[in-house]
Amino acid sequence: MGSGRCAACRYLRRKCTDDCILSPYFPSNNPQRFVSVHRIYGASNVSKLLQRLPTHLRAEAADSLYYEAQCRLEDRVYGCVGLIFLLQQQIHAAESQLIKTQAEIAVMKSQVQHP
Amino acid sequence: MRSHEPRSASSCAACKLLKRRCGPNCIFAPYFRSDEPKKFAKVHKVFGASNVSKILVEVPEEQREDTVNSLAYEAEARLQDPVYGCIGAIALLQRRMIELQHDLALARARLARYATTYSAGAGRTETDRFSTGALGEFPVACGEFMDSFSLSSYEVTQDAHMYDFTQIPYV
Repeated sequence: MGSGRCAACRYLRRKCTDDCILSPYFPSNNPQRFVSVHRIYGASNVSKLLQRLPTHLRAEAADSLYYEAQCRLEDRVYGCVGLIFLLQQQIHAAESQLIKTQAEIAVMKSQVQHP
Repeated sequence: MRSHEPRSASSCAACKLLKRRCGPNCIFAPYFRSDEPKKFAKVHKVFGASNVSKILVEVPEEQREDTVNSLAYEAEARLQDPVYGCIGAIALLQRRMIELQHDLALARARLARYATTYSAGAGRTETDRFSTGALGEFPVACGEFMDSFSLSSYEVTQDAHMYDFTQIPYV
């Protein structure tokens, strides 16, 4: 009776019970999603984390774990922290550009007002 | 012959927590010193020692310290925000970047209007002199996957302090 198993239980070769905590978030039609999460966090850690959360927050938690796992699989060294660093750099550059533009506005304003 | 050296004297934080002998080739020892027990405890809680070990053996040795530090950052973020972890930090930064893009667009439009006014009054063409660059120079670094997060339970305004961006593990 394997046809009713979620992706997690199918991968772990175990019976998928009615109260399987992973099954709502790791459906059988997307096995890669569980494989990614399992490789980085492990099924046990994911189960424990989801169990600690209220039910209405578990879907977002599972999605964020999948995203972070994907980032880590693509970049073993930095994972999604690499994206944080990149965003910080972009923010710094944009803030510098904004300050520069505002300074230019001030110059132009004074030139327009006092030609 | 068994060593007379007590296990705890030379054990790294990982081996102390895992209650095992810390051998000379322990993969954790260079990065989880015994005086930083919480660092490994957090990483172990989120990722598990076995998974961390697998990740470390996959990266070149010279990159392992950065790997450990980024894992520690992710673990800390996940423990502080069990729902979104680092995604929360990314969402904050992305929002900030979008605000800046908006502010920059407004500033550039304003500058262009001044430049037009100035050049019209002075009889010169000054519009090219100033920074009215394309908005596309700051595409927000973010995977398209981020768009799928509703962040419905995410309180942006009050959680910004949770993410210590100064602790990014590398420069």
